[in-house]
Amino acid sequence: MIHVTINGKAIEIAEGSTILQAAKSAGIQIPTLCFLEKREPLGACRVCLVEVEGARTLVAACSTPCVEGQVVHVNGPKARAARKQVVELLLSEHDGDCQTCERNEDCELRKLASDMGIRTVTYGGARAAPKRDDSTPGLVRDNSKCIKCRRCVTVCNQVQGIGALFPQGRGFATVIGPAFAGDLDGVTCVQCGQCAAVCPVGAITERSAIDDVWAALDDPAKTVVVQTAPAIRAALGEEFGYPPGTRVTGQMTTALRQMGFDAVFDTNFAADLTIMEEGTELLTRLKRALVDKDKTAALPMFTSCSPGWVQFAEYYYPNFLDHLSTCKSPQQMFGAVAKTYYAQKIGKKPEDMVVVSVMPCTAKKFEAQRPEMNASGVRDVDYVLTTRELARMIRQANLAFTELPDGEMDAPLGLSSGAADIFANTGGVMEAALRTAYEIVTGRELPAENLHVKPIEGLEGIKEAALKIERTQPAWSFLEGAELKVAVAHGLGNARKLLEMIRSGEAQYHFIEVMTCPGGCIGGGGQPRFTDDGVRLKRISAIYAEDESKKLRKSHDNPAVAELYRDFLGKPLGHKSHELLHTRYAQKERR
Amino acid sequence: MTKTCTCACAEAAPDEAELMKRLDDVLAEQKDKPGGLIPALQTAQAIFGYLPESVLRRVAQAFDKSYSEVAGVVSFYSFFSTVPRGKYLVRVCLGTACYVRGGNEVLRAMKDKLGIDVGGTTPDRQFSLEVGRCFGACGMAPVLMVNDDLHQRVKPAKIGELLEKYRAPAQEARP
Repeated sequence: MIHVTINGKAIEIAEGSTILQAAKSAGIQIPTLCFLEKREPLGACRVCLVEVEGARTLVAACSTPCVEGQVVHVNGPKARAARKQVVELLLSEHDGDCQTCERNEDCELRKLASDMGIRTVTYGGARAAPKRDDSTPGLVRDNSKCIKCRRCVTVCNQVQGIGALFPQGRGFATVIGPAFAGDLDGVTCVQCGQCAAVCPVGAITERSAIDDVWAALDDPAKTVVVQTAPAIRAALGEEFGYPPGTRVTGQMTTALRQMGFDAVFDTNFAADLTIMEEGTELLTRLKRALVDKDKTAALPMFTSCSPGWVQFAEYYYPNFLDHLSTCKSPQQMFGAVAKTYYAQKIGKKPEDMVVVSVMPCTAKKFEAQRPEMNASGVRDVDYVLTTRELARMIRQANLAFTELPDGEMDAPLGLSSGAADIFANTGGVMEAALRTAYEIVTGRELPAENLHVKPIEGLEGIKEAALKIERTQPAWSFLEGAELKVAVAHGLGNARKLLEMIRSGEAQYHFIEVMTCPGGCIGGGGQPRFTDDGVRLKRISAIYAEDESKKLRKSHDNPAVAELYRDFLGKPLGHKSHELLHTRYAQKERR
Repeated sequence: MTKTCTCACAEAAPDEAELMKRLDDVLAEQKDKPGGLIPALQTAQAIFGYLPESVLRRVAQAFDKSYSEVAGVVSFYSFFSTVPRGKYLVRVCLGTACYVRGGNEVLRAMKDKLGIDVGGTTPDRQFSLEVGRCFGACGMAPVLMVNDDLHQRVKPAKIGELLEKYRAPAQEARP
């Protein structure tokens, strides 16, 4: 431990800590911009400049290590003036059309300028020409708003291991973007949108579907139904001033109904359906491998709910594609069921229906456009909105969100179990699958306190658990005494580590959950900004609370799903399921 | 002849496959070395005369880096070019010493005489023009390089004469 003094406050801190960390530990705020928690500081933006007694110049708090006896002044006149000037220089390069910028509510640069009392534009410097890149289904980039903080570069390269974005050129002419400042579709990108999630300004955003959705709602000839992913209800409230971790399921339902959707449904329903299909698929693969000695039964099996991960596997791990569950994601299962089963129920043709999804995700916009996602004969999911877009639409509809009464989702596709809720969290799909698969095999409930598999919860990058299977049902006696080994990874960098461990034989599992974004869907690229680990943990707790508040906690107990099988699908992995709910993957050439 | 011809001229050019094989040999040697990317790019540019997209994608793959990262490195250094270059690469130094001793006037005269801008190549594919950032010959400023030849204390008025020596039909005619 070493001792430093910041703003007159004596602080004891572990050796190797930065001034920023020391200040934070003592509750002293220092403004930052390029800094991202848990990542190597860049010191690129200079917004965190502080004064250190005896130092020749001001130093960046994020990247300067503490030394014994150091005396730091955060708010001296020199540091305050320098930080203000830094932000003024950033503003001089930034295309600040704040009135119409979609980040005007939560722009970090605007907030910094306001906090520092900048009321006039001091410098009128050269600016990059506006260049809009809308070459991909999920994301839009505008370089004229970019302030070159490089957070997107850090997250794309270090967290996700993709590297679609990188600084191009140098000096004043530097552009943050794909190769040679070209368009995003010219390089490998899985559309996860983590760049949009960390961008402090309006330089990277989702490609909006708001106008399309209003047009559909305004069209009397269309029956417009909406599904909301489980992660939305634990985050949407943040857009309306609720603290992170506030559950707003009921108010969200009322808002959607008042916006004019003909039916308000739940992606959760399809999550329960996914568990029925995927759980059965896992058990079938185990049987083929263990009983039939079928070498083509690829194990471990990987989940396939997260479209960024699916594309990641298609680009980087084509040899593992046989290992991915053939199940479509809940979003796409919902679309296929809504435009067939539900359309028949209400006597509509699939082409007269519009399915809108609200997702925490930008990759879902890409997924809905995959050419094969038309099992109903038309596009199964027409439009995908992010959580942020839904919030904008609620404001456009002049709804006082916090005043809205709680509503209930519609039957039958609005009914779900708690197992579906936890799809939103890293480890949740796995836990939901285990709740069902264990009960199918043994006839008994999963032997875990409150049905939670603790070792696979939380924000550790790679998690694992083992489950002993005993006293099996006769049909599953081949699993008697077996130990089911599972693993969970979130963030594609962690997924890559896990895959390399499996490839080298260092680790062996039966079933693996991968989610593209850190924390799972609750930390998705379409969620309210800004998402750090503190926010992630609060959303995760909210999701578990939502799960525990449900009467039904297991997917196989969902009566609406049972009815769907009885009246329409037949059985899990049956012919009709296969047609509507399953898909295939193909290797993609990296760009 | 200059030692390294940086041009993409067709004179006895080995075919693409042969060049790619040479590139692969270089990549195999460099890819596991820390900091091997820049030397590999330099060698690749020497082989091909410039760095076309197909070459950069191959380099990215060999080093297991994203194309955007490799492009970022290539676009950072003025030495690298992604467009074919002329037979002679003229690099006018604008480092501090050359700049204060009239490097900019030399550059302007060079642009005039060649009729191209920085980064450009003459239509006859004879000359490409780039800006250099210090060749370590500050005592002789302002300097410029034509391929591997260093020209010292260059006067803007003498640029035409300087270029004429390279334009001469007999290639052996060297200054």
